[in-house]
Amino acid sequence: MSTSTVPADNSFQLSQLWRDARYRSYSIQIIALIVALSVVMMLIGNAVENLEALGKDFNFGFLYEPAGYDIGQVLVDYTSASGHWKAALVGLLNTLLVAFLACLTATIIGVFVGVLRLSNNWVVSRLMAVYIEGVRNVPLLLQILAWYAVFIHVFPTPKQAVKAPVIEGAVYATNRGFYIPGLTFDGGYQIVVAVLLASIAGIFVFRRWARQRQEATGQILPVGYITLGILIVPSVLAYFAAGMPIGLDYPVAGRFNLKGGLKVGTPLIALWFALSIYSAAFVAEIVRAGIMAISKGQTEAAYALGLRPKRTMSLVVLPQSLRIIIPPMISNYLNITKNSSLAIAVGYMDLTGTLGGITLNQTGREMECMLLLMATYLLISLSISAVMNVYNESVKLKGR
Amino acid sequence: MKKMILPVALGAAFAATSLSAASAGTLEDVQERGKLRCAVSTGLAGFSYTDENGKWQGFDVDYCRAVAAAVLGDADAVEFSPTTGKTRFTALASGEVDILSRNTTWTFSRDADLKFTFLGVSYYDGQGFMVKKSLGVASAKELDGATVCIQTGTTTELNLSDYFTAEGMSYEPLSIETNTEGRANYLADACDVYTTDASGLAASRATFENADDHIVLPEIISKEPLGPLVRHGDDQWADIGRWVLNALKIAEEKGITAANADDMAANSKDPEVLRLLGASGEMGASVGLGNDFALVAIKSVGNYGEVFERHLGTQTKVNLARGLNAMWTEGGLQYAPPFR
Repeated sequence: MSTSTVPADNSFQLSQLWRDARYRSYSIQIIALIVALSVVMMLIGNAVENLEALGKDFNFGFLYEPAGYDIGQVLVDYTSASGHWKAALVGLLNTLLVAFLACLTATIIGVFVGVLRLSNNWVVSRLMAVYIEGVRNVPLLLQILAWYAVFIHVFPTPKQAVKAPVIEGAVYATNRGFYIPGLTFDGGYQIVVAVLLASIAGIFVFRRWARQRQEATGQILPVGYITLGILIVPSVLAYFAAGMPIGLDYPVAGRFNLKGGLKVGTPLIALWFALSIYSAAFVAEIVRAGIMAISKGQTEAAYALGLRPKRTMSLVVLPQSLRIIIPPMISNYLNITKNSSLAIAVGYMDLTGTLGGITLNQTGREMECMLLLMATYLLISLSISAVMNVYNESVKLKGR
Repeated sequence: MKKMILPVALGAAFAATSLSAASAGTLEDVQERGKLRCAVSTGLAGFSYTDENGKWQGFDVDYCRAVAAAVLGDADAVEFSPTTGKTRFTALASGEVDILSRNTTWTFSRDADLKFTFLGVSYYDGQGFMVKKSLGVASAKELDGATVCIQTGTTTELNLSDYFTAEGMSYEPLSIETNTEGRANYLADACDVYTTDASGLAASRATFENADDHIVLPEIISKEPLGPLVRHGDDQWADIGRWVLNALKIAEEKGITAANADDMAANSKDPEVLRLLGASGEMGASVGLGNDFALVAIKSVGNYGEVFERHLGTQTKVNLARGLNAMWTEGGLQYAPPFR
């Protein structure tokens, strides 16, 4: 009988940090972390030192001083007496507006183009290929400038537009923007809005019920028409019942520009157009990749069941390819949002134009403005990413 | 991949330390480099533009050359950086350039908040409006509701807002980045009015095909004293820049030209002329330069009046009268402190 005379060696030696495989990876990571942190500290210290040498401090107080400049396209109340933070907010909303619009249209155009590129019709598929290759290989900035130039040269000046309106007295296309009637709200409009919101909620309920019914009985309801009915009929009834509280504000000719109504400026249109056309080419390729990844047998099986090509695409192929399409689409949406910062080229005052442009220049707070700007774009991008990832989870192949 | 972290981090650390190396005085930096780095505008007829040989020319450009001549003895030892209204201050503050000579308005906040030192006024200007004659506008007070093209990041932007607010009028701004884009938008009728400094309007109008179709409205809505500037904190460098500008003005006042400068230095009876041209006294040494710094500067670009007439005067396309920019002896505002 023998017992181990050697006690378990629990003593820890410093050299083990490096020699012992159990600890080594931790040591390396901690050293790397310390080095990385000291680099960051050094950069911050360097910036602080340089700012001090220039006699500048680091504070965000300038945001509350009056901005002093005007902005062409604003979504919230803004005058030159508002603070710089308000100007930044106007810019942020403008960025979000154009990013949202561009994501939407780029997706719609992109899906069409992507599907058509796979068309059996040789002319159609070649045309789409030419569009995709042409558009995505030309720098976006040039495209934005080109579209802007087209818009300001092709469309008439406001004075000529009044003589040649798109719709007499209501819609005008000018080289400074498109004018459409705006809405005016009188007392009691809340009822109409409430009814409208209620019908939108009703539509969701109805569509859900219709789908369940179809799954249960196989009967297909004319969902499209009924949806349209629910959307329009109650609101129209409420509108008349409340005494027509919502009116239209028509644009009228002024001394220089059209006055009244709703103006969508040329810079916004040009930027929106360019971003959509450019990004749609990428979306199209993503969609094509997604569709081609679906086995041909799926399509053939759907045809064998008697489904037409259009229904096969929308019911069989596209839903399956979504899980391949979504991840690259997320980065595409992020690109659209970030690319919208080229807006200043055509005078669209987005976040880069206000906070990162005029405010920075008038106050000389480069450091503060740039940090704020980067933080904001980071926040927008992460939010888009988060929302899209939730959607991605919902369409992912579910393992059972 | 994990192994890469350490060397990369160390490399970054070294790069960061080398960046923070302190800089000596600007004069030493410039002399050591043998080149003056001067920021000018991206292109404005008369003030700074590149000629058909690709050489920088203009009123603001010649000031850079004068400084280079005074500091380095060579008027061509200049590296020009074209800057926009937006990038100019960052370029100067970050030390990318030594001096900014780009029709920049001297204001309180730029002096105090942005930490720059203005060296004097090289051009007295004021903001004006240009419209097409066909609009039938005769005064800026009739501009209510107009779309105005404007360069962002300039004082014009702020003046415009102040003016329309004070007059109780409204306008739609179309903010663009450079003078070139502003002109293009204005010519394409994307805006009714183009506003910038009156000299800039005259310069732009000079480049139009049918200059007579456009008028500059009589209202001048602001004071725009334009001049060169440097960073705060280097008084010697500021003195050099300031006195090169003053030297050019004194030269005009005293009748010294590029052609007769040598002769004046040798034969003039005027003690101030002799001091200025380095023939008597030790004035140059007190700013760390040679005694003949003003002589070299004047010989290379001429006096203030010569520079003005060569680039902006009535014989040029820009066609600006001296007006406020005449010497004080001629009824203008240009007035240099005594050289003693």
